[in-house]
Amino acid sequence: MLIVNTETIPGKSVVELKGLVQGNTVRAKNIGRDIAAGFKNMVGGELKGYTELLTESRREALSRMAAQAEALGANAVVNVRFSTSAITSGASEMMAYGTAVVVQ
Amino acid sequence: MDDQIGEIGLTIGLYIGLPALFLGIGWFIGYLSESRHEKSLRKREEALKDVEVTDMRNPPGFSDSAGACTLVSGEAVIASDAFKTWVFGLKNVVGGESKTFTRLFGRARREALLRMKAQAKDLGCNAICSVRIDGADIGGNASGVRGKRGSNMAIVMASGTAWRR
Repeated sequence: MLIVNTETIPGKSVVELKGLVQGNTVRAKNIGRDIAAGFKNMVGGELKGYTELLTESRREALSRMAAQAEALGANAVVNVRFSTSAITSGASEMMAYGTAVVVQ
Repeated sequence: MDDQIGEIGLTIGLYIGLPALFLGIGWFIGYLSESRHEKSLRKREEALKDVEVTDMRNPPGFSDSAGACTLVSGEAVIASDAFKTWVFGLKNVVGGESKTFTRLFGRARREALLRMKAQAKDLGCNAICSVRIDGADIGGNASGVRGKRGSNMAIVMASGTAWRR
């Protein structure tokens, strides 16, 4: 499965459009991480727990999107975009969407 | 009489001294971690400068390239410290640019871009096109300021398509 956020893939041409596919996930870190983040806010520095949260969410959303594209019989997803929204304290929704296509 | 003065002194000490102590610790450690982070950013940017980054969707040479091409991404969440947050609170009263927060967001953006570039390099690519830089909202009181959601951490996500020039 080829996943890109450009409209074209070099050396390949889009032969069939399969439509919009998307994947989303809502993830939260445990309360310990949230408390640690609160303390970290006194001295500054990277909030590694939240960075991990975003990386994991992104991977999960992408794999769900890829699964949906595969179910439609596509072999690539082009023009992928991400969007996020906050649900509640320390939790976020990550959504990935793109166009499933067949390329040759 | 002496007891009363002592009590007043203690109260003033607790109300002014304690926040001042927190601000001082925040300023000191925050300053150290910021300069260390900026040093490390410069070093890694120098090491990854051969990765060409553009937000064009179809940069010159892209459509004829035969190299592998895949989605790469990088994230960074950087917290503000007590001192920066306090200074920002003051700035909010008089208005104008908050240089401390501008620098904080700049660091987060550079970090996210660097992680994306490092991922591209690990995949054997030397260029990234169609780069998008987004913010995100993790939300909540985990950010430490009651009633001000997520206002004192910088969250930056970068994504793009890695390819071989």
